[in-house]
Amino acid sequence: MMDKFFSGKLLFVGLLFAGLALYPLVASSYGLDLVSKIMIYAILAMSLELLVGSTGLVCFGQAAFFGIGAYIAVMLSPESESGHLLWLLPAAILAAAVYALFVGALSLRTKGVYFIMVTLAFAQMAYYVVHDTKLGGGTDGIYLYFKPTLGSILDLNHPQVLYFFTWVFLVWTFIFLAILLGSHFGRVLAGIRINEQRMRASGFSTYPYKLAAFVTSGGIAGLAGFLFAVKDGFVNPEMMSWHLSGALLIMIILGGLGHLRGAIIGAFAFVFLQEFFKSSDIFGAFAKHWQLGLGFTIIACVAVLPKGLVGLPEVLRKRLYGGRPSSDAQIVLK
Amino acid sequence: MAETLLRGSDITQRWGGLVAVNAVSIELERGSVHAVIGTNGAGKSTLINILSGEFPPTEGKIELLGQEATHWSQAKRARQGLGRSYQRNTIFPDFTVFENCRLAAQAQVQRPWVWWNNAQKCKHSVTAANHALELAGLMSVKERFAGLLSHGQKRQLEIAMCLAIQPKVLLLDEPLAGMGAEETDRMLELLASLKRDHAILLVEHDMDAVFRIADRITVMVNGSVIASDTPDQIRVNADVQTAYLGGH
Repeated sequence: MMDKFFSGKLLFVGLLFAGLALYPLVASSYGLDLVSKIMIYAILAMSLELLVGSTGLVCFGQAAFFGIGAYIAVMLSPESESGHLLWLLPAAILAAAVYALFVGALSLRTKGVYFIMVTLAFAQMAYYVVHDTKLGGGTDGIYLYFKPTLGSILDLNHPQVLYFFTWVFLVWTFIFLAILLGSHFGRVLAGIRINEQRMRASGFSTYPYKLAAFVTSGGIAGLAGFLFAVKDGFVNPEMMSWHLSGALLIMIILGGLGHLRGAIIGAFAFVFLQEFFKSSDIFGAFAKHWQLGLGFTIIACVAVLPKGLVGLPEVLRKRLYGGRPSSDAQIVLK
Repeated sequence: MAETLLRGSDITQRWGGLVAVNAVSIELERGSVHAVIGTNGAGKSTLINILSGEFPPTEGKIELLGQEATHWSQAKRARQGLGRSYQRNTIFPDFTVFENCRLAAQAQVQRPWVWWNNAQKCKHSVTAANHALELAGLMSVKERFAGLLSHGQKRQLEIAMCLAIQPKVLLLDEPLAGMGAEETDRMLELLASLKRDHAILLVEHDMDAVFRIADRITVMVNGSVIASDTPDQIRVNADVQTAYLGGH
């Protein structure tokens, strides 16, 4: 039974990744750009899922790590030639991880709503640094004139190459986090999420574990930021705003908290819904009020699907055939 | 002479003007169950929280296995051999019974940097978890989700999780709370079987059970110890009868 459930999940994820790999064969340039963007958001959403769904830390400042990764990618790139991918990418990840270490070291001393507020405050600090100073070009942002290269092996100016480059990191992030969550480290995070007091009583010093999760999450968000900067060739302070942090939380809730694949599904669902409600072909003049439609749809989704979109098959199965709810909390590979 | 595994000397805990625990000294010996009884608010749970390291005492000293442990964190005390259970269940309801114990056992062999190894394949924690489940009599339900156990089994699991860390000292906070007669008997059998290799501190309201299992009883009233003796002596102690049993 468990194996069947387990393989069903793997099959879904495998098909999703295969579908994404084949998508460029039929995609328009707009579609390619849109799905590249969604894959980057999916990486970012998985980084937040590591904190919220897997560790129980509701971080409201994930956009800061994303933005730092993006800004570092642009700021460290030479203005007159391409920078080298092999040092720009690690630099972006490292910078985001270092900021996450600083934020995490302080914010993890608080709990609950205070933790949410402190992470938000740190993210807003980072936002105003790039917004109100010339460090990152102010409100205008800065351009990446030459995309990073890997010698002659990788030309990220080509949209399809960039797409597959992003796809590789999406798959890598999923596999890395899935393995991580099944390891000693991941199981301790799961224990902390459910009952931190019991974990301490068992002999785990929980603070270093939470801090390590926070830094890992920040580093992955930095990776997403790097990819975003390379894709758009432009960064601006809005990448660090609390709107994005909020949207990310909605993505993982919409997809289904506690599931890595939920983060990916949530990112796709969120952006598709956003594009749908923004479409003036469908909604005419009302399209400018797209947030209203998006908001109502998300509220309806959460009300009907308390486990998020990953719970949809179970809800449908129960509606159609009745039967017992399943508990999938034991499954490690999500 | 029995070996003293945990010693608390002159432990005092003040919360502002309130003295929750007042200069309490207690010794836990291997092969012995030491019960602490008292009315609600007597300071029993505060004492157990201090001994387990949830927070440091305002005054006093704690020695664990002969080492000064007053300022050790709770996690360090647990790793050194101090297991505790709580009044309320602190099990992981969405994990299997086995995984509850395996995760607790993992604390003894923490290798968080080995991120590529599946925790379920950790030999030490699997062996320790199976041993703990065997001791607690939960092998038959090891694959069941912990949230689906009966109340009595959940309390047994709580103790099994303590055993999984291979402790030498057990601090049990009301392990019999909410149990029926049969479940209580089973739990007392379990405690009796654990007594040989452990020093056990038992905080409990069920007086019949306490007098059946305890080798020594400490009676607390308003944060202070009014008597500490064998069950037979406690039964006839006039101060205890007056203060705790209402003189009956």
